[in-house]
Order: sequence, then structure tokens, then C-alpha cells
Amino acid sequence: MALDKATVARIAHLARIRVPEEELEPLTRELARILDWVEQLAEVDTAAVEPLRKVMDIPAHWREDVVTDGGRPEAILMNAPRRHDNFFVVPKVVE
Amino acid sequence: MNALTHLTLAQARRLLAAGEVSAVELTEAHLRAIERARHLNAFITETPERALAMARRSDQRRRQGSQGLLEGIPIAIKDLFCTEGIRTTAASRILDGFIPPYESTVTRKLWEAGAVCLGKTNLDEFAMGSANVTSAFGPVRNPWTPPEEPVARVPGGSSGGSAAAVAARLCLGATGTDTGGSIRQPASFCGIVGLKPTYGRCSRFGIVAFASSLDQAGPMARTVEDCAIMLQAMAGFDPLDSTSADLPVPDWAGDARGEVRGLRIGVPKEYRADGMPDEIDRLWQQGAAWLAAAGAEIREISLPHTRYALPTYYIVAPAEASSNLARYDGMRFGLRIEGENLVDTYERTRGEGFGREVRRRILIGTYVLSAGYYDAYYLKALKVRRKIREDFDRAFEHVDAILTPTAPSAAFRIGEKMDDPVAMYLNDVFTVPASLAGLPALSVPAGLSAEGLPLGLQVIGRPFDETTVLRVGRAIEEAADFRHVPHGLAGSEA
Amino acid sequence: MSWVIEGETGKWELVCGLEVHAQVISNSKLFSGASTRFGAPPNSQVSPIDAGMPGMLPVLNRFCVEQAVRTGLGLRAQINLFSVFERKNYFYPDLPNGYQISQYQHPIVGRGSLTIELADGTTKEIGITRLHLEMDAGKSLHDQLPDATLIDLNRSGVALMEIVSEPDIRSPEEAVAYMRKLRSILRYLGTCDGDMEKGNLRCDANVSVRRLGSRDFGTRCEVKNLNSMRFIARAIEYEARRQVDILESGGVVEQETRLFDSVRGVTRSMRTKEEAHDYRYFPDPDLLPLELEPAFVERIRASLPELPDEKKARFMAEYGLSAYDASVLVAERATADWFEEAARGRDAKQVANWVITELFGALNRTGRDIDACPIRPAQLGRLLDLLNDGTLSGRLAKDVFQIMFESGEDPETIVEKRGLRQVTDTASLEPVVERVIAENPAQVEKYRKNPKVIGWFVGQVMRATGGRANPQLVQELLERRLR
Repeated sequence: MALDKATVARIAHLARIRVPEEELEPLTRELARILDWVEQLAEVDTAAVEPLRKVMDIPAHWREDVVTDGGRPEAILMNAPRRHDNFFVVPKVVE
Repeated sequence: MNALTHLTLAQARRLLAAGEVSAVELTEAHLRAIERARHLNAFITETPERALAMARRSDQRRRQGSQGLLEGIPIAIKDLFCTEGIRTTAASRILDGFIPPYESTVTRKLWEAGAVCLGKTNLDEFAMGSANVTSAFGPVRNPWTPPEEPVARVPGGSSGGSAAAVAARLCLGATGTDTGGSIRQPASFCGIVGLKPTYGRCSRFGIVAFASSLDQAGPMARTVEDCAIMLQAMAGFDPLDSTSADLPVPDWAGDARGEVRGLRIGVPKEYRADGMPDEIDRLWQQGAAWLAAAGAEIREISLPHTRYALPTYYIVAPAEASSNLARYDGMRFGLRIEGENLVDTYERTRGEGFGREVRRRILIGTYVLSAGYYDAYYLKALKVRRKIREDFDRAFEHVDAILTPTAPSAAFRIGEKMDDPVAMYLNDVFTVPASLAGLPALSVPAGLSAEGLPLGLQVIGRPFDETTVLRVGRAIEEAADFRHVPHGLAGSEA
Repeated sequence: MSWVIEGETGKWELVCGLEVHAQVISNSKLFSGASTRFGAPPNSQVSPIDAGMPGMLPVLNRFCVEQAVRTGLGLRAQINLFSVFERKNYFYPDLPNGYQISQYQHPIVGRGSLTIELADGTTKEIGITRLHLEMDAGKSLHDQLPDATLIDLNRSGVALMEIVSEPDIRSPEEAVAYMRKLRSILRYLGTCDGDMEKGNLRCDANVSVRRLGSRDFGTRCEVKNLNSMRFIARAIEYEARRQVDILESGGVVEQETRLFDSVRGVTRSMRTKEEAHDYRYFPDPDLLPLELEPAFVERIRASLPELPDEKKARFMAEYGLSAYDASVLVAERATADWFEEAARGRDAKQVANWVITELFGALNRTGRDIDACPIRPAQLGRLLDLLNDGTLSGRLAKDVFQIMFESGEDPETIVEKRGLRQVTDTASLEPVVERVIAENPAQVEKYRKNPKVIGWFVGQVMRATGGRANPQLVQELLERRLR
């Protein structure tokens, strides 16, 4: 599969990772190399195979509906790069 | 005092129990060793004050007659485990200054068992790497590096700091995490024992996630018995992790002493890959011969989809990682690099906060999940993953454990294999299949390469059968009688 | 009843489906133990899980699963014993993980249906496509700081049910009827409180138009932010007409997301450059597939309350109520229960009339709902007993009702204290009748020509007795005297 610079730029934006223009070319080559390599999976016949969704066949366990957490905004906010009272402050979101 | 750092974990427990040494003495000896070994760069954060406080409390508990399984044992924690009140970095710039307000379940259990925290060890950034060269805190040097060599050997990765710290006698044991070989491969490179338990054995709660369906915490120590003791403290059901298995924790330390007589050991023919170095192949045959001599039956088995394991892994793991690492966005914790607007802030923060390999994997993962490619890559990989597990299921109808080499080479030099990501990925060729199948697997040191570097053998077991894995590992350990110590340590022992 | 849009070139038909987000009633969040209580101080109901902190893992709330199954059963829908939580990946500051845990390819509830009732008395089936569980995002406050946005994560992780209808809706009225019925069912089930003001029930509409009689589907637009019944109708109507205008002037409707501006009553495009969304859904590896035992579903089925449709049918059969009265009474479970308690052992039709006209009227005027009603059902019942045994006239009964509504007192007490007992003895009424006739000779003349004038005399006598006279008796006495 041919991977081009435009696709890498689109993917990088989707992943919100800034890639300087001069790095785009070598990055495209690296990613193309990895993708070429993983494409050998196409050789495997998986026509009747269900995808593996559960690594171990263990029963699910659920929480009961009780309040066991919260009530400590300081712990939630202590690592915030910027805060205002008990809110996180983030760059202006333009709707 | 150096002798204290050369004890095994089991020996230290006996001395502590007998009152011949205190937790404080043991901890102080290790803190001094850490200070002397800073050139290894094994630790990102040392916690000497906390260590001494914990050791004092441990001695107090012992005086009061209560003692946990790891009472007074100084250990190191891979800096991927969140530790309440102690900076946790995942070896990434993006977690700059992050102090978790919570404790991972595994470390909590270790502290409850009485262990003493010496510090947080270096690793590949977000555990993505096989050489501990992607850390934002610099590479770790393998203590086995021959003294005449100007460039240090890598300790393996991603749990390279833990492996180096255990090998260099800076701690009696350390935690690691293993996604595609991150415990076993560095254990092999550093001449120690490392166990990746069955997926679901140890809680993932509070461990910075790399690839959720693969990540598993495990012990790294200098003997199989030490690993068994540590695992005993680390494992167990955790209601905070939906993928945690609600199964009893066996008495591994005791059970691992059992015999291997009568066990059927599989040797998968597909692992005899083209270009496997002779010394690795010879070691593998030697391992089989040791087990046969101990009464096990060696059988050749087939795991037909082995060659597809690595490509499968390099779709599944980056896909999960691309999503798991989306939370590092500069909004609520860690690094933020203000941009011109919200999107610019995201892109600068993540562009500069993540290192090259992490960025590469996030992009691969984003690509394979994106519209139009999901079926061809991700869904396909989940299907092949099932075939890989079915290979193991079939094999385990005929054998009780599987023996393979841990890694295709001994530790290479820092800077090697850096140009080609795929060449670096091939390090995990023997460890990744068991990861994809969720199986318990152990690396045990079995010999030295021609260059005098350690080599490990891997034992893979049935789901939740760590007992057999430990037992086989112990048989190899006894037969190999691996008494080598890293260069430079032998002299300091006196 | 068909609703058509008259265009320049012909008649057009609306094709509309609704996507409803209903907040699940639960104590704690879908994947964490933080509280869901409304109105708490910022970030005080946040677990590190809801804040997307490193190493945090979701664990599914059993009760939320039950609530989704309960709702599915209430919508006569298929319950999927196997469903999967997937991650919907996108970046937004109020989405801490960088993904929303939702269900995509395998929802917990499949096809179902709901019956709506229209003003003309007809009913219609609206198909339900699916219902799935997902987590809510946090809240962004854009206008507190000039240069930045504030984030409160209290809502982050609260369980939502997304309920998607088939594109079966053909008029704004049907859309509103669908929402009302859905809300009624959710409230009966106790799975969502239906409070649109708090945003606990939110609705997006997929709107397209086509020429009347056509079977094809036009390009649809998703209209967001419909947070009241009134806005739903107005937004759909506006959007349908907008699309007709575009098509009739030779234009093309672009598939896009539009926002309803409730102030101006228009819809507008949400983004000038619609960024192509690529959510990269994949199964959440932190959660196992959601597998239900048939017994789990059956246990919930057995505990379902009587739902509005069944209750309506029973009210019609058991109490002889009209379809209209029955559906008005069953719209809210509390109202239906109130009615049934008042009607026990009484003339149910009469009780229904009083509840619908007097009680609802009084509640509406005072802006209260039935839970805050000052009159207890038994009190209304006893009031009607007083009416039926002749102690009160209809008019007096209404007066007593008003006093009851204001004071909460028993009807007997009010009648006693205020002497409101109806006057039914001939002896005390005859003098009043005599006086009224004597004082109004002109009216008597009119009566001779037009017997309907008797009503005027009844009114005079009633006024003279302070409304306490029995009107039938007064009429009889007047007729006898004037004959």
C-alpha cells in the first residue's frame, strides 16, 4: 500500500501530533516500511475466523451501583497545567 | 555491607526473619549501591527518604510480630506504575510533573506485603521499545557491558531500568510490565529471571496503559524462587480491573519446588527461525537436554502461525496505544505547550511531549483504525490473533509447557538497530506470541554468549498455570547453575 | 393525517428520525464510583477514572446495564445477549480520555417500537432502531473567562442511553408525540427522569424531505440541541422548509450537522468547514464484551411495571373511559396512580372528568405537578361522594375543590366550617322563589313567550342563596309557580 505524505499529515492531525514539514518525508518512509511489513498478514486465511475479543475466557465482573469515589476535587485538579477555582482551564473552545 | 545486596530475596527474608539483619540495614545497603551505580541510569526517581521510613515501619511491624510476605524487602518499581505522591513519568516528557493521587493495585499489594520502595526505574517511553533507548530520561546502560567496550550495551526493554537494577544488585527484586516481551527480553539481556504472568493475573489498575489487551505486570528478580515470592504478593483478583481474573492465588513459592519428571515439554519447530545465531540454538538444545535429564519428556510441536505474531502485534498494540495515549493532551495534567488555539495546543503538546518512537506508534495505530483500513489491518489482526492462540491451545493438548529462546540475540549496543524500526521490533520475535495468547511466560538465564553476555531461555505455560512455568524455570536454573555476575560487580562484592 | 409542505412546484413530505440521549437514573457513573447527583460544585463528583488519569480503568455499573435492558423491554425491543463497548476516538477538552466509551456495532438493545397518539385520535407505530449505553462527556463553560474555557467533569462518565428511531416520523407533531411517549415510558420504567431542562433528555433530529409519494430518501441533516418539546417541532418544521426551498430553487441539500438557534427559530450550520470525522471505533480492550444471561433479562422482564399502553387499554376496558381520557390519565404514572386511588369504588368516569378538568387545571395554573398536589386522591373521592349524595351541588363542589386545593383541608371540614351544604328543602326555598318572581314582572312576561328565560330565574335564586340552593329543585319550584 502506497503511503503518501498527505495521508501521513492527515493521520498526524487526526492524532493531534504536530509533525514539522521537514520530518514528514522520512516519517512517511518509516511508516510505509512498517505497514509493508505488517501486510504479510494478508497471507493468512481468516475467512471463517472470529476476531479475538477476549484474551482470557473469564467471566465479566461488574460494579454495584454505589458511590465510592469523588468528593476530592483537589486530587483531581492538583496536576492541572492551569486552573481557575475548581475548574480546569483550557484554550478557548470556539463552537 | 555489600554482601547484603548480593543476597537473593529469599535469603534476605530468612535473615530478616531470623533477626540477623534489619530492614533498615538492608535498605541502606541498597541505597548506597544505587548511589554508586548512577552511571547506569537505572532509576528515574530515587526515593531514599521514603525507603528508610518504610524500612523503619517494617522493622517496627516485625518487632510487633506481624509480617507480610515481603516484609522489609527493598524493591524497585518500573516507572509505569502510578505511586501515590511519587512522581510518575512513564519515561515521557508529556507526563512532566505528574504526581498521581492514587496507587496502582500491584504496588499497593507490594507495600501491604511489607516491601520497601527504593525508587522508580527507567524504561522505554510508555514501555514502547526493546532497548530502553526511547526514554526521555536517557538510555539505561546494561551492567554486563564488557569493560573494554566504549559504547554501553542496552539492558533490553522496555523494563530496562528494572532489569539493570536487579542485575546490578541495586534491589532484591523489581516490578516490570510486559506487553510484547518487556519483562522477558530485558531479563534475558541482564541475566536475571523475569516472569510475565497470565493476562488477568495481576491487576492493571494504576499502570500507565500501553496496549490494554496485552499489558501485564510481573516480577523481575535474580532467582525463580524470588520471582515466585514476588508474584505471590502482586497477583490476585482486583474489582477495579474488568479484565482481572477472579481465581485463587496458588502458593507459588512452595509449588515451584516441585519436580519436572513426567512433564511434557514442547519445542516449537517454527521458532527455529532462519538466521538464528548458533549460540542461541545451542543454548536452546542444551535447555531441552537439561529438562530431559531431569525426567521431562521433550516433544517437537508446531505453532504454525508464529511468523505472523510480530506483524499482528505491531497492529494490535499501536492501535490500542493510539487510543490509550489520547488522554495525554495537556488539558488536565502533565505537559502543556500553549499554541495559537486549542488544536494548535493539542498538536504542539503531543508533538513535543511524545518521543519519536511513541509518535511513530500512535500514527501507525491511528492509521490502522482509520476509516477504510480497519478491516484490512485491525480486524484482520484480531482474527490472526485468534489463530495464534488456537495454535497454543492445540499444542497444550500434547505438552505441559513450551521451551524457546527468550530473544534472538544477546544485548546489543546502544545506538544499534535504531535506523530501522522493524529490525528493532524483531527483538520480540520469541516473546510476542505468548503475549498475544495471554499466556504466562518466564525467562531464566541459561548461559553466556561468546562475548560474555547473558542469554535466557523462555518457558511458556497454559493459561493461569504459572506453577508449571516456575517449576520448569527452576529446573533450568538448577541445571544451568548460572553464577555469573555483571562486570564490575564481582570486585565490589568484598 | 398527513402533513405536507406546500412548495412552489408541488407537495413535499418530511422524513425524520430522532436520536435521543436519555440520562440513566443511577447513583453512580457508568464506569466509576463517582456520584451522578445534579448541581454539585465543580469537579467534586469526579473519580480519577472520569478525569482520564493515567492507568485508570473502567468497571461497568451493573444497575446501568439493568436500566438499559429495562428500557429495551419497555420499548418492546430485542435484547442482545452479546454486546460490545467500543471507543469512539476524538479530541475535545471535555472528553478526558480522548475517547468516549460507547456501543457501535453491537448495541445492547436492537429493534423495537413505540406507539404514538395523535391529536385526531389516530395512533401510529414508530420503529426503534437500537438503544445503546454510553458515557456522557464533561461540561465546557465558554463565557466565564474572556480568553479560555472552563471544564467541569462532574457529568463526565454519567450513563446515557442513546435511543435511535427509524425515519418513520412524518410531521413535527409526530416528532413531539414520539418524544412525549418515549419520556412517558422512560419515567414509568424509572430509567430516566425525562427532565429536558436539566439536559437529562436531549434530542437530535435527522431531517430530510422528498416529493410526496416518492419512496426515495433525500439527503439528511442532523439538527442538534433540541432541548424542549416546542423547539423540536419548530426546528423540524424550519429545517424541512429550508430543505424544500433549497431543492425547489435547484440547489442541493448538503449532509451536515446543524444547530437549532432557539432565539431566532432557525437552524444553522455548525461548522463552516465540516472536518471529516473519523472516530476510529474499536472494541474497548479494558472491558470484556457484555454478555447477559437469559435469566438476567427475564428477571427484569418480570419486574416491569404496567406501561402506558397497557394501562390505557385497561382504563378503557375496566373503567369505560374514552381513549382520549385514558391516554391523558396514563401519560404520567403518578397521575394514573392518583386517578386509580381516587376512583376506587366510585364512578370512574366522573373521577376522570374531575381529574382532567379540575385537578389538571389547578395544577397547571399553579405550575405544580401531581407529586406536589395538595389534595390527596381519597379527598377528591370523598368530595365526589358529597356531590353524588346531594350534600353539594356541582357548583358548590367546584368551590369546595378550590378551597381544598388551596388549604389541603378535607371536603367535609370545609362544608361544615363554611356552611356550604346544599339547600334542598322546599320550605326554605319557596319564599326566595316567590320574592324573585314578585320583583321581576317584566321577566315573567318574557318567560311567557320564551320558556328558556327560566334559566335567568334559576340564576337569580342561586345568587340569592349564595349558590347553595339545589339547582334542580329551584327549577322545579319555578316551573310550578310560573305555570
